[in-house]
Amino acid sequence: MYGFLHPRPIRRIMEKDMLKQLLAAGLLTIATPALAQTPVLTVLTYDSFVSEWGPGPAVEKAFEATCACDLQFVPAGDGAALLARIQLEGSASDADVVLGLDTSLIAAATATQLFAPHGKNPKLDLPVDFADPIFLPFDWGWFAFVYDKTRLAEAPKTFAALAASNLRIIIQDPRSSTPGLGLLLWVKAAYGDRASEIWTALADNIVTVTPGWSEAYGLFLEGEADMVLSYTTSPAYHLIAESDDTKAAALFDEGNYMQIEVAGKLAGSDQPELADKFLDFMLTDAFQSAIPQTNWMYPAVTPAAGLPQGFDAFRPKKSLLLSPGAAQSVRDAALAEWQAALAR
Amino acid sequence: MASRARPLNPAARALAVLLLALVLAPLAAVAWRGADLSLVRADWSAVRFSVTQAVLSAAFSTLLAIPVARALARRRFPGRAGLITLMGAPFLLPAVVAVLGLLAVFGRSGLLNSALTAVGLPPISIYGMQGVVLAHVFLNLPLATRMILQGWLSIPAERVRLAQSLGFGPSDTFRHLEAAMLRDVLPGVATVILVICLTSFAVVITLGGGPRATTIELAIYQAVRFEFDLGRAASLAGLQLLIGGLAALAAWRLGRPAGFGAGLDRDLPFAAPPGWRQWGDAGALAAVTLFMILPLAAVALRGLPGLSDLPHSVLPAAGRSILVAVLSALLATTAALVLALASARRPSPGIEVAATLPLATSGLVLGTGLFLLVQPFAPPMRLALPVTILVNVVLSLPYLYRILLPETRALQAGYGRLADSLSLVGWSRLRWLILPRLARPLGFGAGIAAALSMGDLGVIALFAGERQATLPLVVSQLAGAYRMEAAASAALILVALSFALFWVFDAGGRHAAA
Repeated sequence: MYGFLHPRPIRRIMEKDMLKQLLAAGLLTIATPALAQTPVLTVLTYDSFVSEWGPGPAVEKAFEATCACDLQFVPAGDGAALLARIQLEGSASDADVVLGLDTSLIAAATATQLFAPHGKNPKLDLPVDFADPIFLPFDWGWFAFVYDKTRLAEAPKTFAALAASNLRIIIQDPRSSTPGLGLLLWVKAAYGDRASEIWTALADNIVTVTPGWSEAYGLFLEGEADMVLSYTTSPAYHLIAESDDTKAAALFDEGNYMQIEVAGKLAGSDQPELADKFLDFMLTDAFQSAIPQTNWMYPAVTPAAGLPQGFDAFRPKKSLLLSPGAAQSVRDAALAEWQAALAR
Repeated sequence: MASRARPLNPAARALAVLLLALVLAPLAAVAWRGADLSLVRADWSAVRFSVTQAVLSAAFSTLLAIPVARALARRRFPGRAGLITLMGAPFLLPAVVAVLGLLAVFGRSGLLNSALTAVGLPPISIYGMQGVVLAHVFLNLPLATRMILQGWLSIPAERVRLAQSLGFGPSDTFRHLEAAMLRDVLPGVATVILVICLTSFAVVITLGGGPRATTIELAIYQAVRFEFDLGRAASLAGLQLLIGGLAALAAWRLGRPAGFGAGLDRDLPFAAPPGWRQWGDAGALAAVTLFMILPLAAVALRGLPGLSDLPHSVLPAAGRSILVAVLSALLATTAALVLALASARRPSPGIEVAATLPLATSGLVLGTGLFLLVQPFAPPMRLALPVTILVNVVLSLPYLYRILLPETRALQAGYGRLADSLSLVGWSRLRWLILPRLARPLGFGAGIAAALSMGDLGVIALFAGERQATLPLVVSQLAGAYRMEAAASAALILVALSFALFWVFDAGGRHAAA
């Protein structure tokens, strides 16, 4: 019965032993494996990229139209889980490309020596200079505290002003979430040795620390806090998807820290040319135009059609970003400071 | 399964070994890949915090459940059956959904603080140890109530009648009947809850209020995901298992079979003492109903508006989740029955530990270890659902075992020798003695297992391919893409389906027992 519906999976599975075959026939028919003849490009990425409301479906369709290949996305949790996953798989990984690491993880990813240089020098629309021999940016954003204009008339303009206020904020844990780690590096980049002081002053403003972005943002929308750590593009989501212009992002005089999301080719890929082709495709309009309204980040190369409404509303004058090496080297000390200051 | 043989039933022994292997092999695989086993100083404060909040949560959940279970045992009122069924619900809520439900009542802009502010009182904060314990009590008190109520119902009517004819007052009944039953049931209940709370992750961080509320599981996250220090992750997970194992052994030492003997199954409710005790019972029931219903209603209200425009992927994901849940429940119930029967015939600390340890495993380490073990043989993506079912069976078995054990003990004590003397063994013993007499706890347990398996997300996240998302994964993907309303609706569907599955099994068991 299943053979009739899915001839290819069954033929491949027949090679396995009896138990696996049973399991496979009963449960795995949904996981249609690769078509035998067309080459398969496997891209490991984070969950929300792949979901039907993420960029994945549009990107897959557009790339498959040009590549004569089968593009398969494999979701692997969030950005931080991606790197752990690739380290777990090591050189045995089936993946050809990893898409969705960010600047604070690049140094650790490079150190695994599992990635190959891309050899490209594309022109990017980033507010800072960024070039890495191994990782290519595909989108980026600024971290910012997001608030509701109807509940908070005037947002603080510096960390010091925020700390001095009675405003209640929700942040993410830097030990389990990339925005949380971003904030840690933001304070470090802005204040250096004074970071610990800032955290001590902020301690009484912090309602709670959540494990990930979605819990924090959910709590904020439920009215548990005045501000939440998110992105400058978050208000654009509410504006475009919900026609709600009440959300705003606070721009700080110290500058807002950036997150650049990158992709890299694995050295062990069995489809290196296809992987290169995908990285080229990644910076074309077909890919980049899908980014703003699915990932709600700035595309690395602004598409010919420009940016959607709301994306120009909150642009900080100053962008902060530590180099991958610097981010890696300050992380442990910054984390210890953070823990000490908030544990009181 | 010959009845004369006193050594441990070989099937049960094999199952216990398999369970231990499924818990320990992934841990060993992670430790093997790690550089060396080590802990850092901060880990010890994580251990301290985890244990403290787990002990407090277990103590409050269990102690507060006793008056509620007693009120349910000795009072008859309209809606009693519905209330008992509803007790299955909070336990089934995904952590994040439960937190949002609680915040609607206890949060900064929740009902309670709105009421306090309205009468001019200062607001209270849910964030901190109090919030963690409150959430754990919300999730576990109803489960504890159900398990303890099961104990009350298992006291034979003959003993109750005898007590009444001897003119026992409520305090004599407590001393001679209820205390013995509680001695049998409470250690197991408290252990299960303690160990669940030990590994609780999202609830503790979200309501904990900051890095003081660092648990072992968060330290494991950090070790695996940001530092890829598998040695440290394995050490932490091992320590967590050790604490869980010690708790299981302690419960085994403390628990004593009540030894009521068998009865004729006449339905005779406990004497319902009048006066202040009646008001006390009514108060306990009203308080627990309100405590459960308000957050549940908030969950439903948040989910309703978005139901009409849910993404298409919800439907197939729900189908996969139901398939996984039903298969997991059937397998887990069978395995737990084998273990509980064997343990009733011949008490064994080995079985006790094997049937409790899975609760103390770190979801992340279990998933990572299984991934490492599976990867050399097959692409993990293709085994996503079988692995999920296996993990669900392992993780839900401890609850089933705890629910079944007091009943299999009573069954063995009451009917074991009679059945042996009639040579009622094997299939016919199962058909004519065990299944009819255990229908109620088997249904309740299978319902819990099915509902738990609907909600489990920890492991599939590592294995799931593009087209294999289960419902909990869809919920988290929606929430991760700003779609909080759709996420709330998908979560409501998840909760409704879990509860429906629970109800089908639970009501089925009660129907078969009646």
